[in-house]
Amino acid sequence: MSYVIEGKTGPWEIVVGLEVHAQVISQSKLFSGASTKFGGDPNTQVSLVDAAFPGMLPVINKECVAQAIRTGLGLNAQINLFSRFDRKNYFYADLPQGYQISQFEHPIIGKGSIEIELQSGETRQIGITRLHLEQDAGKLLHDQDPTKSFVDLNRAGVALMEIVSEPDIREPEEAGAYLRKLRQILRYLGTCDGNMEEGSMRADVNVSVRKAGEPFRTRCEIKNVNSIRFVMQAIEVEATRQIEIWENGGEVDQETRLFDPGRGETRTMRSKEDAHDYRYFPDPDLLPLVVEQAWVDELKSKLPELPDAKRARFQKDYGIPSYDAGVLVAEQAVADFYETVAKGRDGKLAASWVIGDLFAALNRTSNTIETSPVSAASLGKMLDLIADGTINGKIAKEVFEDMVETGDSPDAIVERKGLRQVTDTGVIDAAIAAILEKHADKVAEYRGGKDKLFGFFVGQVMKETKGKANPALVNSALKAQLDG
Amino acid sequence: MSLDLATTRRIAKLARIGLEEHELEATRQKLNGILGWIDQLAEVDVEGVPPMVGTETETLRQREDKVTDGNCRDALLACAPETSGPFYTVPKVVE
Repeated sequence: MSYVIEGKTGPWEIVVGLEVHAQVISQSKLFSGASTKFGGDPNTQVSLVDAAFPGMLPVINKECVAQAIRTGLGLNAQINLFSRFDRKNYFYADLPQGYQISQFEHPIIGKGSIEIELQSGETRQIGITRLHLEQDAGKLLHDQDPTKSFVDLNRAGVALMEIVSEPDIREPEEAGAYLRKLRQILRYLGTCDGNMEEGSMRADVNVSVRKAGEPFRTRCEIKNVNSIRFVMQAIEVEATRQIEIWENGGEVDQETRLFDPGRGETRTMRSKEDAHDYRYFPDPDLLPLVVEQAWVDELKSKLPELPDAKRARFQKDYGIPSYDAGVLVAEQAVADFYETVAKGRDGKLAASWVIGDLFAALNRTSNTIETSPVSAASLGKMLDLIADGTINGKIAKEVFEDMVETGDSPDAIVERKGLRQVTDTGVIDAAIAAILEKHADKVAEYRGGKDKLFGFFVGQVMKETKGKANPALVNSALKAQLDG
Repeated sequence: MSLDLATTRRIAKLARIGLEEHELEATRQKLNGILGWIDQLAEVDVEGVPPMVGTETETLRQREDKVTDGNCRDALLACAPETSGPFYTVPKVVE
């Protein structure tokens, strides 16, 4: 059942395309040697080029080009060996040049696609129309003075990748899944940190509605939505607004709007009235960007393993289910951690410890995988102790909690606390004999047919041995003594 | 190509050039003169000729990704008509 919004006149489909602005990870800016570091003192990371002084000429940063190509490769997209920069003209206080250097007619990356997975487990392909390189604008601060806006140009000129999707998205959940997947790919590639709170990834959302089977109707663009949750909300709010207009006999105007999450509404952006008249023309300061196929091949050969491939490999190499593999590859650091634990060991057991106990411990202690008090090597060592019979699964929980608390190695903890598993059958037999003698009445009941008491005896023996007895040995010895 | 008054007004607005109503007609005529002159280029047959993007035959020069510039705030702000502390200031623009 596909997603629809019920109006007075029946169900409406929504049609959504996303334009994502992703800040490129680089040391210096796209066309100047000023730093891109986030959070610097205002206007200290600005060169004469960024401040648009007369006569200054842009020189492109090769690494930014490489990052765009890597991203294109990660999106299975066409790499255009010939591309060109254009001027996009508009006046705004955050844009000293009066134009943004962008790529209009000839973007560096062409068509590609992203596979998304929905909660139902169903997968869909979302088309990528293009990716192009452009300059970011500066930042305006409006709350410093009653009549003035303050301008900080540190961000002006930082490289952005604008990644445009096809209008393939049909429900808010798909938009969320698309953004999460795109962010995951960018992070794996190391081309953008995907941090929406700091604004290094921002989304413009194009929304229209239609009746089933109709061609596209007029769309509106909602600018600069800065969280995945807000994107999903904005789509629903905007679609509902448009349906109301159509159903009341009105006409939706193509316009740029803002989403106000506090009020749960979108409203028109007056400043963007002339926004569609950018008067693009080729930037006369920049020759066409021509890259060699050999360089593209070299960049391709050095790409890291991407999430889809890693997930498939985890399922195959470590025998874990698709869902677990999905959880483990969501972040590269988690995937690396898991792989260190699982390599040469029981992959399923490793997955259950990482997803279960480790995640719970990180959560409880407000840590991330990067700051985990338990290293992957230590957790692996602990699995070895389980595998070679030094400790049993129950004691392992105790050892693990100690590792979280003290950061000690598992063998040190086992020695310090004397947790080594008892495999000496003499000791186990003695413990069993003591328990059977103490609970002679229960032994009689058991022998009289009350089989369920077996668990009780196991529990008592484990308690007698402080949990350290090897459970398999206890089971067989107990059975022999009770039934024998 | 010939501009009407409405287009002339719009171009002036986009370029942030303040034109009084009585200046519009004269501006329109000047722009039409320029456009007419440029239109002579249309007489050349360029069928099958790729657009020329520059007079140089070299390809785009690329730089290494190194921080080599910036840290000149005082010099930058000294050129601005209005500043406050470490910032440029402009009349308030808010959505």
